Amino acid sequence: MFLTVIGALNEGFLQTLKLFLVTLIGAIPLGLVVSFGSMSRFTPLRWLTRTVVWVIRGTPLMLQLIIIFYIPGQWLDRSPWPGGETGRFMASSIAFIINYACYFSEIYRGGIQSIPVGQQEAGMVLGMTKRQIFFKVTLLQMIKRIVPPMSNEIITLVKDTSIARIISLQEVIWAGYAFLKGSHGYSGLTWPLFFTGVYYLVFNGGLTLLFGWVEKKLDYFR
Amino acid sequence: MSILEVRNIEKHFGATQVLNDISFSLEQGQALSIIGSSGSGKTTLLRCLNFLEKPDGGTISVKGNMIFDASDPATQLEKEIRTKRLHFGLVFQNFNLFPQYTALQNVTLARELLAAERGGESKEAIEAAGRELLAQMGLADRANHYPHQLSGGQQQRVAIARALALHPDILCFDEPTSALDPELTGEVLRVIRNLAEQNTTMIIVTHEMAFARDVADQVIFMDGGVIVEQGDPREVIDHPKEERTRQFLSRYSEN
Repeated sequence: MFLTVIGALNEGFLQTLKLFLVTLIGAIPLGLVVSFGSMSRFTPLRWLTRTVVWVIRGTPLMLQLIIIFYIPGQWLDRSPWPGGETGRFMASSIAFIINYACYFSEIYRGGIQSIPVGQQEAGMVLGMTKRQIFFKVTLLQMIKRIVPPMSNEIITLVKDTSIARIISLQEVIWAGYAFLKGSHGYSGLTWPLFFTGVYYLVFNGGLTLLFGWVEKKLDYFR
Repeated sequence: MSILEVRNIEKHFGATQVLNDISFSLEQGQALSIIGSSGSGKTTLLRCLNFLEKPDGGTISVKGNMIFDASDPATQLEKEIRTKRLHFGLVFQNFNLFPQYTALQNVTLARELLAAERGGESKEAIEAAGRELLAQMGLADRANHYPHQLSGGQQQRVAIARALALHPDILCFDEPTSALDPELTGEVLRVIRNLAEQNTTMIIVTHEMAFARDVADQVIFMDGGVIVEQGDPREVIDHPKEERTRQFLSRYSEN
């Protein structure tokens, strides 16, 4: 029985992990684009970006998931999402990437704006291009400053993946809950549900160690 | 021919005029000191020369080439400004060293990037030149230290080496010792004095009157965005003609 449950939970956690990784891969660079938009000197673009960020951060991720998954199907003749788990995963990924890109963009913006303007000016008088100044001067200082808030947000993301359950993505809590209702020939098992918590704890423990290590690595300068 | 010709520079921030009809010239190998109280426009003038601010009027020529003319947009192309900046070096009041790089890397970074773009010098040659410059600043043993491991005076000397690494035609100093306590001021002034003795062309914005008089070949006294008096330092500082210059200098002789 234990192995059956663990097998099912592993399968669910794999889905959790996939959504987590896809969100990071998409939202980390997209957040940078959004942060540049929200700092643009071109006012309409700046306001557009800031409005999008306001809407996304101001409404629940769960609502965004439901809208992205169900509304296109209501307006078009049929749902644009492929059937089954694939479609649910795609819709979840898109909702999560957009949502987290907006949160990340604000962290990036804070990081970029906290770097003294003198750093940029020093690069300019040394004949560096804007690109060189960003990549060679500003970026690492910004990374150092955003590691603590980013680690917070990423740990939240691990747990937020469970929200994808609302469109029936079969992540780890879904798998644990299934044993309560009946799954793999068992029904009324309560401990698998609590056991899902162990997965989150262990995974977030690992992330905490990782971010601590990164912070230490960047400790060589101030 | 003067190495630098500045003619009729004007600069406004909103309704405030911060530079009004600034004209002067500088000869190769000479040092010019700009003195004046805070808010007189000294720093803005340096920032205009380094293209960190855009003047609203006037012209700037280096070695006879017009590099900026406020009335001619063709002299203000974004992509050319970068190369034009290289005529000037700027040492900031707050050093602005790059914290994630060692002293040596701070000195070599920009030159390595330029070499990668244009070809030419090897990384080894640039590094050797960087070490040489640090040694000249008395920092041979600090090459691998990070800025936060250095004193303010040492940081400023690294910043001077960093500016020199690109061989600017004119090296500008924006109150280079104002962020330093008196003990550390001396070591930075000594380095600048050495540069003057080697005939480095320099513009030094400073509050160190004795230093300005000793080192400079020419002094400009600015007040309220205009040049009140300019000329030989012994004339301007020891025998000022203008009442405003006298008032300003009397505050220094009192302490």
